[in-house]
Amino acid sequence: MSERTVELEIQRYDPEQDDAPHFQIYTVPYREDWVVLDAINYIKDELDRTLSYRWSCHMAVCGSCGMAVNGEPALACHTFLRDCPDRIRVEPLQNFPIERDLVVVTDDFIDKLGSVKPYVVPKEEKDVDDGEYLQTPAELARYKQYTACINCLLCYSACPQYALNDGFVGPAALALAHRYNLDSRDVGRGAREEVVASNPGIWECSFVGACSEVCPKSVDPAAAIQQTKIASTGDYFMSFLMPWTRK
Amino acid sequence: MTRRPYIRDLPRTSWWLEQPRYIRYMAREISAAFIGIYVLLLITGLFRLSQGKAAYETFLASAEGPVGLSFAVIAMVFAIYHTYTWFQVTPKAMPLMFAGKRVPGAIIVAAHWFGFVIVSAALWLLVGS
Repeated sequence: MSERTVELEIQRYDPEQDDAPHFQIYTVPYREDWVVLDAINYIKDELDRTLSYRWSCHMAVCGSCGMAVNGEPALACHTFLRDCPDRIRVEPLQNFPIERDLVVVTDDFIDKLGSVKPYVVPKEEKDVDDGEYLQTPAELARYKQYTACINCLLCYSACPQYALNDGFVGPAALALAHRYNLDSRDVGRGAREEVVASNPGIWECSFVGACSEVCPKSVDPAAAIQQTKIASTGDYFMSFLMPWTRK
Repeated sequence: MTRRPYIRDLPRTSWWLEQPRYIRYMAREISAAFIGIYVLLLITGLFRLSQGKAAYETFLASAEGPVGLSFAVIAMVFAIYHTYTWFQVTPKAMPLMFAGKRVPGAIIVAAHWFGFVIVSAALWLLVGS
């Protein structure tokens, strides 16, 4: 009996030779315990060393191997061959420029992430010798789910607003802003407002919810954005009721 | 080494046909239009009522005609879908903490349906039949 195989239809793009991407088909052995990333690694090792893609941890932690698998944003290391049809189409993440083959340009996200100050802004800097900034388990529970973000960009790839509006800050960056806003050790909410509460911030989001559906870490960026909208609306009305609090 | 990133664009008008989840989103958004038109019909009914019995009965007759009834059925389907999607997202917009833990989303959604049934029943008892 011949060995069972799977066909991978992989989008290729060589900026030095191609005017547009095209598909190339590879036949790889099927293994019950293989994920799509294993099949792509097999291609790289055994069939075609010119194939470019990103990966690192192989266990859904590093967030490097985001790709469109049969049109759906997914981590290649988190998608089993046994859950796919015998012909699998692999494309670079949608909504990002293609650098080469399956590698996308992520500069736009990196800039936007930085713009929301994704770190704890403490009320006053403490010396390391003065100890930790303490927090109760209940205070941690308020934001813990948003700390699970691995910056894999599946949410940006699923988001039509990000695709259609160049300025949109996007799901992961806004979810991380919310994560730090909810942190009891943080006082940076006001400093994040200018980006977060602007039109290209939360208000460009129309709650399609695709970001949360594709998130491999159950971060639920759509929830973070809606909560930020409510908080920001509260700020807006409070600025009329108590104008002296206006910044 | 030349960098020449290739840019793919979503079609600006037909992008929502690309994925089932985008179609579901558009259906949710368009449901508001049907509810809006239904509210306009209700206001028209009130206006006709203010003009007297004959005017109101003409309005009722057209609302109960085939076109009026068909629209009412379509509007109701969209209103139910709108309600369903609205309640489904409430745990995202309004997460509740109880005793230091998150209240499960299903409980928040169920509470909304419960409130919806109570209010509907109360309205029915007050002004129905």
